[in-house]
Amino acid sequence: MRHLLSIDELERGEVEELLDLTDHFVEVNRRSIPKVPALRGKTVVSLFFEDSTRTRLSFETAARRLSADTMTFSVGTSSVKKGESVRDTVETLSAFGVDAFVVRHRSSGVPWQIRSWTDAAVVNGGDGWHQHPTQALIDSYTIRSHFGSLEGRHVAIVGDVKHSRVARSDVAAFTKLGATVTLVAPPTLLPPSLAGWPVQVSHDLDAVLGDLDVCYLLRMQQERMTEALVPSLREYTASYGLTARRADRLGEDALIMHPGPMNRGVEIAPEATDRPNAVITEQVANGVSVRMAVLFRLLGSGSQLAVFDDSGAGPDT
Amino acid sequence: MADRERRGAPPYGGVFQPRTRVMEAEDVRRAVRRMAHEILEHNHGLDNVELVGLQTGGVPLARAIATELAEIEGTQLRVGMLDVAFYRDDIGLRPVLPEEVTDIPFDVDGRIIVLVDDVLFTGRTIRAALDALGDYGRPRAVQLAVMVDRGHRELPIRPDYVGKNLPTRRDEMVNVSAEGVELGEMVK
Repeated sequence: MRHLLSIDELERGEVEELLDLTDHFVEVNRRSIPKVPALRGKTVVSLFFEDSTRTRLSFETAARRLSADTMTFSVGTSSVKKGESVRDTVETLSAFGVDAFVVRHRSSGVPWQIRSWTDAAVVNGGDGWHQHPTQALIDSYTIRSHFGSLEGRHVAIVGDVKHSRVARSDVAAFTKLGATVTLVAPPTLLPPSLAGWPVQVSHDLDAVLGDLDVCYLLRMQQERMTEALVPSLREYTASYGLTARRADRLGEDALIMHPGPMNRGVEIAPEATDRPNAVITEQVANGVSVRMAVLFRLLGSGSQLAVFDDSGAGPDT
Repeated sequence: MADRERRGAPPYGGVFQPRTRVMEAEDVRRAVRRMAHEILEHNHGLDNVELVGLQTGGVPLARAIATELAEIEGTQLRVGMLDVAFYRDDIGLRPVLPEEVTDIPFDVDGRIIVLVDDVLFTGRTIRAALDALGDYGRPRAVQLAVMVDRGHRELPIRPDYVGKNLPTRRDEMVNVSAEGVELGEMVK
């Protein structure tokens, strides 16, 4: 594994290996000094062409807890404002000696392009509506930590699937790990074609609610909506929001998840986020550990040797 | 020799071919018993003493020492487990992935920590373990117990409790288990 661009490019075994590796970093993050020297001397750059607080800070925290150096690039304070192209930006930064770029861009596919302009590892931190692989790993890890495995579990992904890179990555990860996924959304918030998606589709949240292990609410991405896709937010909430009443109808062990940031009162009621089975803050906490696993896997000791199915510490016990 | 060592030995893999058996199961049991007594003698009992086995080969040995200590003193120590993969200094030299989760179920501050490993070779694992332990707190003292000291140290590290001193060549391998200790080579 040289880059992490999309879940589709990973084998099931590689996904599981990353989740297993995450266990080690969860333990590291519980220590009084949650920092290990594994990536000393490596430089990780967060290259964010689109606003983000949690993903960027989560990646930077992960890099620092591995003792890597971090550089932050955000469009507002950079030469992009002077008209510098993405390619020039990447090549300039690469010249400083960068080991990994974490890229976020509002256009799909930008991380793939960046991969061809640099020798550094590239991690997709979200590209347009396309992919957000670390979020999918976080969600898979969170579900796995509650149920032991995703095998045979039923997950509903509810809401604005059309504009959601989280939904695309989650579908790929959850089904790869053996879960059944049902997309629940009005037709206007689904992609025009679902050909090739290994999912069931429903337009009726109440009908699937009783049968779920995980109810995953997506954020209504009003900033990406250029047309009126739902009559009104209130009507959307009435049909597809996880209201307190609907949360009551979920099984006691069924998890309530959301990738954040939440529109409270729109896709999820404030009461629903306070339930004991709501694991939204757990998702955020797992974010740092998962991203540590990804960075360690890409830059850590032995990654250059690419013999991970045959790994070991060597003869100096 | 830990399983990971077997799989990770240069050039990364191969099959361990035993040549001579240097300790029988009974010898290993006797050595464990002696080391347990030495730990007690050296520390005047078990007050403040904790055992930490290094993943993966040191953990069963640490458990065996704990069982022996419980028989002698009647005190059952908890055994901590430490994986040092994130602390190694051989980045780029060989693949390193953690095998087992680190689990230290006690506070190390002010305690006497006995690190336990199966084989002591270059000392680099112990160096990494000392760094790792420092992130959990500040032990009053750290001692080292190993079943086999095979020489070839690259760092100023020495064991406090040794099952057997075993002169080896650099390219030989030592395999430690409850069933005995074997000396041999890795064969591709």
